[in-house]
Amino acid sequence: MADGQAHNPDDRSFTFNFGPQHPAAHGVLRMVVEMDGEIVERVDPHIGLLHRGTEKLIEYKTYLQALPYFDRLDYVAPMNQEHAYCLAIEKLLGLEVPRRASLIRVLYSEIGRISNHILNITTQAMDVGALTPITWGFEEREKLCVFYERACGSRMHAAYFRPGGVHQDLPPELLDDILKFCDEFLPVCDDMEGLLTDNRIFKQRNCDVGVVSVQDALDWGFSGVMVRGSGMAWDLRRAQPYECYNELDFKIPVGKHGDCYDRYVCRMEEMRESVKIIRQCIELMEPGPVLAESSKIAPPRRGEMKRSMEALIHHFKLYTEGFKVPAGETYTAVEAPKGEFGVYLVSDGTNRPYRLKIRAPGFPHLHAMDYLSKGHQLADVSAILGSLDIVFGEIDR
Amino acid sequence: MNDVDETLNDLADHIAHAEPHAVQRWEITHGELTIHCVRDQIRSLIKFLRDDSQCRFETLIDVCGVDFPERRERFEIVYHLLSMRMNQRIRVKVSTDAETAVPSIVEIFPCAEWFEREALDMYGVLFAGNTDMRRLLTDYGFEGHPLRKDFPLTGYVEVRYDELEKRVVYEPVKLVQEYRNFDFLSPWEGAQAVIPGDEKATEGAE
Repeated sequence: MADGQAHNPDDRSFTFNFGPQHPAAHGVLRMVVEMDGEIVERVDPHIGLLHRGTEKLIEYKTYLQALPYFDRLDYVAPMNQEHAYCLAIEKLLGLEVPRRASLIRVLYSEIGRISNHILNITTQAMDVGALTPITWGFEEREKLCVFYERACGSRMHAAYFRPGGVHQDLPPELLDDILKFCDEFLPVCDDMEGLLTDNRIFKQRNCDVGVVSVQDALDWGFSGVMVRGSGMAWDLRRAQPYECYNELDFKIPVGKHGDCYDRYVCRMEEMRESVKIIRQCIELMEPGPVLAESSKIAPPRRGEMKRSMEALIHHFKLYTEGFKVPAGETYTAVEAPKGEFGVYLVSDGTNRPYRLKIRAPGFPHLHAMDYLSKGHQLADVSAILGSLDIVFGEIDR
Repeated sequence: MNDVDETLNDLADHIAHAEPHAVQRWEITHGELTIHCVRDQIRSLIKFLRDDSQCRFETLIDVCGVDFPERRERFEIVYHLLSMRMNQRIRVKVSTDAETAVPSIVEIFPCAEWFEREALDMYGVLFAGNTDMRRLLTDYGFEGHPLRKDFPLTGYVEVRYDELEKRVVYEPVKLVQEYRNFDFLSPWEGAQAVIPGDEKATEGAE
């Protein structure tokens, strides 16, 4: 206007930054949003603000040292990531996991799923204006963090799943407490649903917003709830069962319309299914080893080290040099709470991964942000973003 | 050969038969099928894998680079595809170097855009046909390609907030201690004890 041009009153287009610091950005996301009045024309997410070079760092660490990096990817459900990594190593090594360890892994993967979904549902609800669910949900989530802590000593960064099993056995009372939690958690689910499912405002903000058709879901590489919400019953736990999922009885909730609301309902139902899986795991659990102890992959137990020279040497070698993984490559994926979390591991036969690519489910989901938000109102952007279930730890890596 | 390998074998035969100009060779390891593809044919192969009634690999799971500096074409671009319909996975590989562009598959799978941007960012591999070839994960104005094997772990620049200039400044990396990269490959075999006079024993044997 400085050069004498008159401002065109019909031109309502403008561009602004959504983030990098924005409560509804679920982390450090900078989105350049181009608007026409109240309608979104284009969304350009700038990611990488939380990029820590995990893949590069892992190339310089032994297999065991690389494991804790996986907790720091999707820090909302850390153990699910470790699971994919452990499965990939075990595949290359041809290592069998003891029965009890397998059940503990499934048990904790499902705890992670519940803890992820609680966070997602309640924060997404907060993004669209419902403030109460998060206070109710986080009370339960806190209990899950305590279960993490009692198993591995840490509330978030567990480093609990190890190649060959899990690091240590669960304390004896823990399983009873988890069972007790299962009973208490379902009424809380009902309460949260009571706040949201039939809530008029929640429905107005979520129904028919961010609709994903089956074809969209395929084209954009979606997985997890993002395809199930659109009506495809695709779940790796069922389709390509790993660990002991094929023995367990659970349902796969699917949506109909593929909008934010259906995804919310799917997540809600998945939590109930997870509770079912947890119960079954605890029922099936029998005493036994939790690490493939004689494999030279897992460290010898402390008691053994006090008596056996070989065990002591073995322990020392394992924590300095680490174990070697035969040359080869594998892509191993698990059904993480957010979708398909995969690890593409290339080994050159040394004690370090030659290349490790982390395939995070949130990455393609966020990429579709532009496609999903186009033509929506600005307020819907945060509703869609919330329902994509974005965590920057795994997207930026 | 178990059932899984047999199915993959049939699938690989089918693909190799239908796209003979694209498939260089294929292998099955750990129950996973890998197809090595001619670089310029990647588009037609991916399109075939998506549309063929026996393949239906309709989800692009991942595209990533791998660096093998000792090879003539040092980069491998690895595509992972998933067929939810057939419950099958496949891996397709092409090789390239830092100058030669790989045909982009954005037209076939829109989600490839970010994966290709990431490969450009991390390895400097170019993709012909991808219209948005900006860096993705690294900092604005970043130089170099961090996942290349010749890129140092510590990088070249570090940032700090300068109290005088009141802004974040970039400086060359200063390390208090050199990064220690231990060599675990040479096995520890102990010292080679040479006792004077030992050579006489072998001399005598001859």
